[in-house]
Amino acid sequence: MAITKKFMYLNRRSSFGTVYAIESLEVVLIAAAFEQDVSLAFIDDGVYQIVEGQNTDGIGMKNFSKTFHALGDYDINKLYISKESLEERGLSESDIMPLVYEDEDDDWAEKSSIKVVSNDELKAIMSEQDVCLSF
Amino acid sequence: MKFAIQVNEGPYQHQASDTAFQFAKAAIENGHEIMRVFFYHDGVNNASSFTLPPQDDRHVVNNWASLDIKDADGNPELVVCVAAALRRGMLDESEATKNSIEGNNLHPAFRISGLGQLIEAGIQSDRLVVFGD
Repeated sequence: MAITKKFMYLNRRSSFGTVYAIESLEVVLIAAAFEQDVSLAFIDDGVYQIVEGQNTDGIGMKNFSKTFHALGDYDINKLYISKESLEERGLSESDIMPLVYEDEDDDWAEKSSIKVVSNDELKAIMSEQDVCLSF
Repeated sequence: MKFAIQVNEGPYQHQASDTAFQFAKAAIENGHEIMRVFFYHDGVNNASSFTLPPQDDRHVVNNWASLDIKDADGNPELVVCVAAALRRGMLDESEATKNSIEGNNLHPAFRISGLGQLIEAGIQSDRLVVFGD
């Protein structure tokens, strides 16, 4: 019987500057084929990864932020954002990309994948995970 | 207990690989199983057979090789992510030939494979332990 575990990908660094963000997203996309219960968390500078309107024209790096829009098609629709991390950086939910998924249990209604949560709530969600991959 | 390990940092620059090695060694000595070690990000550089530290320093690559972590069929379970490896110039013979590059540098105690091996390790192990920043 196939085993389903709760996998969380914890994103702690900004999109550019180091390779962790893009290589984390590569893991998430590959992992989608394994049909596990997947969620993503964005804390600390990781919240910058999903800020709307990224532009890499001047730095010669691939702008992979658009790839986050594909996550909904892979049934990855639990993206937890740390409220405190947003506030510490002068950001709010309106700065975040409008990432959505279609809910097959609700006549394919389009719903937001973004869930802004407090660090205390995030702590509780993390403690429910079987596997937590930190990037 | 059945452990899987992920190593995210390169050797010598960062202590993560040394700590992961000490953890794996201690786990095996205490009767636990290390079912797989997965090298990602700059961690792929832990598999370079071209590594030549000075005599009085530890040899990180040979340390990993000494653990002799293999599956039941004798295949190495020190696994290097293919995408992370190729973009950092870490090649086994087959990848070098395929890409018409002379020479290769993957230590024979390691093998190159895909990210699916990391997820599979997360599913099949009791604990996946990540080492890195």
